[in-house]
Amino acid sequence: MPATDEQVTHHILSVLVENRFGVLSRVAGLFSRRGYNIFSLAVGPTEDERFSRMTIVVDAASAPLEQVTKQLNKLVPVIKITELASQDAVERELLLVTVRASAELRSQVMELSAIFEAKILDVGYEAITLMVAGPPDTLDAFTDLVTPYGIVELQRTGRIALPKLARRPVTLRAVRDRGA
Amino acid sequence: MKLTGAQALIKSLEMEGTEVMFGLPGGAILPVYDPLIESSIRHILVRHEQGAGHMAEGYAHATGRPGVAMVTSGPAATNIVTPLCDAYMDSVPIVVITGQVPYAVIGTDAFQECDTVGITMPVTKHNWLVTDAQDIPEIVREAFHVATNGRPGPVLVDVPKDIANQTMDWHWPDGVDLPGFKPTTRGHPKQVKDAVRLIGEARRPVIYAGGGILKARAAEALRELVELTDIPVVTTLMARGAFPDDHPRCLGMPGMHGNYTAVTSMQHADLLIALGSRFDDRVTGKVSAFAPGAKIIHVDVDPAELGKVRRPDVPIVGDCRLVIEEMVREARADRTRRDWPDLADWLRQLGEWQSDHPLAYEQDDGGPLKPQFCIESLRDHTPDDTIVVSGVGQHQMWTSQLWRFNHPYTWVNSGGLGTMGFAVPAAIGAKVGKPERMVWAVDGDGCFQMTAQELTTAAAERIPVKVAILNNAYLGMVRQWQELFYEERYSEVYLSPDLPDYVKWAEAMGCVAFRADTPEDVEPVIEKANEVDDRPVVIDFRTDYREKVYPMVPAGGSNDDIILGPATDKPGGR
Repeated sequence: MPATDEQVTHHILSVLVENRFGVLSRVAGLFSRRGYNIFSLAVGPTEDERFSRMTIVVDAASAPLEQVTKQLNKLVPVIKITELASQDAVERELLLVTVRASAELRSQVMELSAIFEAKILDVGYEAITLMVAGPPDTLDAFTDLVTPYGIVELQRTGRIALPKLARRPVTLRAVRDRGA
Repeated sequence: MKLTGAQALIKSLEMEGTEVMFGLPGGAILPVYDPLIESSIRHILVRHEQGAGHMAEGYAHATGRPGVAMVTSGPAATNIVTPLCDAYMDSVPIVVITGQVPYAVIGTDAFQECDTVGITMPVTKHNWLVTDAQDIPEIVREAFHVATNGRPGPVLVDVPKDIANQTMDWHWPDGVDLPGFKPTTRGHPKQVKDAVRLIGEARRPVIYAGGGILKARAAEALRELVELTDIPVVTTLMARGAFPDDHPRCLGMPGMHGNYTAVTSMQHADLLIALGSRFDDRVTGKVSAFAPGAKIIHVDVDPAELGKVRRPDVPIVGDCRLVIEEMVREARADRTRRDWPDLADWLRQLGEWQSDHPLAYEQDDGGPLKPQFCIESLRDHTPDDTIVVSGVGQHQMWTSQLWRFNHPYTWVNSGGLGTMGFAVPAAIGAKVGKPERMVWAVDGDGCFQMTAQELTTAAAERIPVKVAILNNAYLGMVRQWQELFYEERYSEVYLSPDLPDYVKWAEAMGCVAFRADTPEDVEPVIEKANEVDDRPVVIDFRTDYREKVYPMVPAGGSNDDIILGPATDKPGGR
């Protein structure tokens, strides 16, 4: 990663791309060529089958990120890029984790699962596999809490995100107008 | 109408107006070479695929139309990666067709297989792997569209052999459907207004004209802007000829080997109007010390260039020609509303710098032949509209400095990538595109040896290019750096003046060849070379190896610390 004075933070890029082979490597190549680490990446179909949406979380200072975004925009299969600030987006992520849980500890793990609304996907003699969906920090918290029991395997999907909907507060006047 | 993929490909190239292509056949591209026999397209058979790519670039530089090259898979595709990268760096529109192993065996390490699309992804604007012959017309249309629109550049179409043999229903699309490729060409009116407001307040403005002027065919518009505003112009290495050197407002080339006035004008400017230029490190020197007092107007069709190196005060995304025309209109209107500052003091200062610090070298009578003298003699004994092509190194810098470029599209060189060996094939491509013009390649002995085999192509195809080798028996620019920055420790830079024997070598390739050892030899051999018009000519100029390119701003240094060199370092200089 190039050294900069600027604060390095997570940036979420929501990238609408043509649904074709090779697009992922074009996009990923732009980051890797500049030495940026992609923190997480989720790709999936959208409401329009011609397009896919990539949600890319990248660690970079904002000035170099602007250059990456502009370069991304030059890729022919890239239709649109939106940078989502955390406070302006709804984000979700999925976590699968296999936790060591012998019969005597299983109920404790299940208690935590209930608090986080985790689903039990599989149960073995010495372990239990759970699924949690939620905002990334909820997943972080759950991971912290099950760590003492012993994590056998853990997998996260990387976040997906959409912009928050703009809502104007309803004023009295607006109400009156509607009534009129 | 049923056609094979191969026939559809050739027909699509014809539909795009391709008159000539440069290439070399091989296994995977064989099907496409067959219908070429019946095609109207002239094919020029190169001796190395790199040559095909640089010829396509030279053709595009000289004509403004996209150059087309076609080669086979594997090693042929990798051989054309250098020209693709060169074209990418210098924004040259070329379309490269590569053969590929049959679709069914891709990924099996088949004979002459390589991941061409993967390898060329970072050095093309876009590339395509054809997976269905039915898509060929759309892909070819898209390829030409992408290569020539927005910021021009190279594209590649990879055609598996079995796809070329498939049958398809011929059709020709009306246009392209590329939702992710919609370049902005018209400058934002408010930004144009803001730019003109800054221009109308500046007391020490400089136009920093880059290669984008030529790519946008904006040379005339630029001239109009200069004549309206009287603002002086520097023309970068990629923009030589975009504004006439003989024009009183032309300051010549800035940058690492730019002349004193061009470099210093930018350092002292209060406004830089960057038009199709990209603040390359070879122009700015140390960025933090570059033009410290200048506000910046930056016009470029590529939004990624704006703010990449230096944050502009007024960024304008758009085609240089359209934006300059808008600026001219706006400036005309603005000048009727208010008085613009008088630039007389600034112009006087620039004139003083010009007379105090001219480019200089000393050619002693009977002394060793100076490379600069060869270039000046060549310049003075060739038509004004001669197309000059160079390789990369000292000869390139001297040519750019000393030639008087008075017409756009007369200077062809490898700027961004700095590809040694560019000159010979690029000159051939330029001559094919502009057969009525005299084309001279000025090359170094190191460069010449990298691609000289293409003179065989030129001789076989009767393409009468002319090559002046400035043979100083060294990798001269590397030697210069070793002399100046590595305590004269010369590591692996000696090439020998007569191994190879350039005259014999050229003659063996079907060229006429001459040698010049002394200043007296120079003019007569140039005259003789100019008379040859049915085959290529090569002149071996035996030049003084000690000569260095000056002025020079050491890499990473500030432009204020320009070194003028022994011949120019006169009292009164810095």
